[in-house]
Amino acid sequence: MTDRRNLFNKVWDLHTVRTLPSGQTQIFIGWHLIHEVTSPQAFEMLRDRKLKVMYPERTIATVDHIVPTDNQARPFADALAEQMMSAIEKNCREFGIPLFNINDVRQGIVHVVGPEQGLTQPGITLVCGDSHTSTHGAFGNISLGIGTSQVAHVLATQTLAMTKPKVRRILVHGELRQGVYAKDVTLHVIRRLGVQGGVGYAYEYAGDVFDHMSMEERMTVCNMSIEGGARCGYVNPDDTTVEYLRGRPMAPKGDEFEKAAKWWKSIASTPYAAFDDEVVIDGMQIEPTVTWGINPGQSIGVSERIPSISSFPKTEQKGAQEALEFMGLHENQPITDVKIDVAFIGSCTNSRISDLREAAKVVKGRKVAPGVRTLVVPGSQLVRKQAMEEGLDQIFREAGFDWREAGCSMCLAMNPDKLVGREICASSSNRNFKGRQGSPTGRTLLMSPAMVAAAAINGRVTDVREMIGKN
Amino acid sequence: MQKIENITGRGVPLFLDDIDTDRIIPARYLRCVTFEGLGAHAFEDDRKQDPRHPFDDPRFQGGHILIAGRNFGCGSSREHAPQALMRWGIQAVVAESFAEIFFGNCTSLGIPCVIASRSDLQKLADAVAANPAMPVTVDLMKNEVRAGDLQVSCSMPDSARSSLTTGQWDFLGQLLDGAADIKKSAGKIPYLNHFKV
Repeated sequence: MTDRRNLFNKVWDLHTVRTLPSGQTQIFIGWHLIHEVTSPQAFEMLRDRKLKVMYPERTIATVDHIVPTDNQARPFADALAEQMMSAIEKNCREFGIPLFNINDVRQGIVHVVGPEQGLTQPGITLVCGDSHTSTHGAFGNISLGIGTSQVAHVLATQTLAMTKPKVRRILVHGELRQGVYAKDVTLHVIRRLGVQGGVGYAYEYAGDVFDHMSMEERMTVCNMSIEGGARCGYVNPDDTTVEYLRGRPMAPKGDEFEKAAKWWKSIASTPYAAFDDEVVIDGMQIEPTVTWGINPGQSIGVSERIPSISSFPKTEQKGAQEALEFMGLHENQPITDVKIDVAFIGSCTNSRISDLREAAKVVKGRKVAPGVRTLVVPGSQLVRKQAMEEGLDQIFREAGFDWREAGCSMCLAMNPDKLVGREICASSSNRNFKGRQGSPTGRTLLMSPAMVAAAAINGRVTDVREMIGKN
Repeated sequence: MQKIENITGRGVPLFLDDIDTDRIIPARYLRCVTFEGLGAHAFEDDRKQDPRHPFDDPRFQGGHILIAGRNFGCGSSREHAPQALMRWGIQAVVAESFAEIFFGNCTSLGIPCVIASRSDLQKLADAVAANPAMPVTVDLMKNEVRAGDLQVSCSMPDSARSSLTTGQWDFLGQLLDGAADIKKSAGKIPYLNHFKV
């Protein structure tokens, strides 16, 4: 019989431990990543119940959310952040979990670190107390964000109680036009399907556009699956995946690598695989995309105008009105009219070396517009080092950008990097929620790193295609 | 664990769509190592910008049943969000739909999240606004929400509903019971066994 299972279902079956009394499935978790924000209460739960970590060697910790990106001397100036640092250090020490701490070159944003180290592999299950864990799905696996109680469950049992989602295949055919990046693809998908469109689903991204993407581009797409409401997202493993992993510190070595590569490719969805739903998108239709509202689905192509309220279905008009009021933007306004105060290049969505390279291409030989505050925050210490070896830091600095240490930074502003008052930020991050970047009234425009660079240079939202190849 | 078959209390109408967890609890309050004290900061930034926010409206103080719109709890996985709502006083949420991580977090805390139709939610929100002192009941046994004369049907995925109604929402205990099966499962997974299986 032909195996009609898609990758998600094969990986699910392989990791199924048993059916729980509640009817949920107990799923084995191959890798557990933890960070300082969502883990301290989980360790307390373990202590309360006198439990140990069942597989400490299957857990890796790093610090990212609260770390300052300028002065990292300990103790941190923020006493609460320092307390969280001490907590994760103590917890990792007591429970025997490896920690990529701030003085370790492997430290960085948890979703940058996993792939970079070769920990994230095809066919695995991976969880982290962080919604953007969907990033790791780029390798063809099940990668899920979980809550703190579930972090405790995984620490204590290396398993999770799960209800199996349906699987929707998102096919993007054709090729992307110049100046259109992975970020634009994911923003376009969310715009098309809505921020709640993925509820109940895992997303398989397939078709020419994803086949031709690098691993870093696939990570950007999978990262934002959660913003479309999907439980997770993945791309089938192929030669690109295998070659990315070859030689990484935590990838298998020698003969074992070849065996692994064979297995990795064998779990990809075949042409016979069945899906619960399918959506087809033409890649040629995707423009550089920018958000105008307060959720990642409220976006338009850079050449479009902000939609009129009456163009929305009745049930969505209230939300659109609320968004425009908060953003201080108007119906039918061209998005390129919008001036910015801050430009942020970073976050688990877009802080990898290829993101910095693309942004640097736009920045090279140009100057940041007067009055615009700019921040480049590499996703990990290794990305930062690589960028400096390539001279990217010099390009950014000469243009007037602030070049920082690795961390989550102004994506969610748990560290000192924050918007002030009603500042508008062109941001390569993933969420434009009200108050997300640290000021309750601060405003966020999501876009690709190259588009952020273009906005920083011109002081307003700019079609990066006008700037590519002209410097 | 305690069986959660129904919850009764005053309603709190917050009939908006796509309420994300950053709005429920702003990230600066995640700088903590316990969940204590989060209740005071639930919806803090929204409340500052809207003096009529239901969480500050004297009529809805002491409310237990939150009435919300579509895609409630989207965004960040922070369990601080349901913790903040719970510590403010919320014991059940009725909405058009829920983001899944938020839903799972609530179930782990024994907070039922039930789904009702948009038109029924509007009726519920109107009824609560008109008579804030009226008790609202979320009945998981009958799959309905009652408020005075109003009675609307609601639903919840079976596994979550039965774990609450039978008092089996201590998932950690259930997972631990499978210890022998866990080790056995690990033995058949290729990447845990040098790709020899």
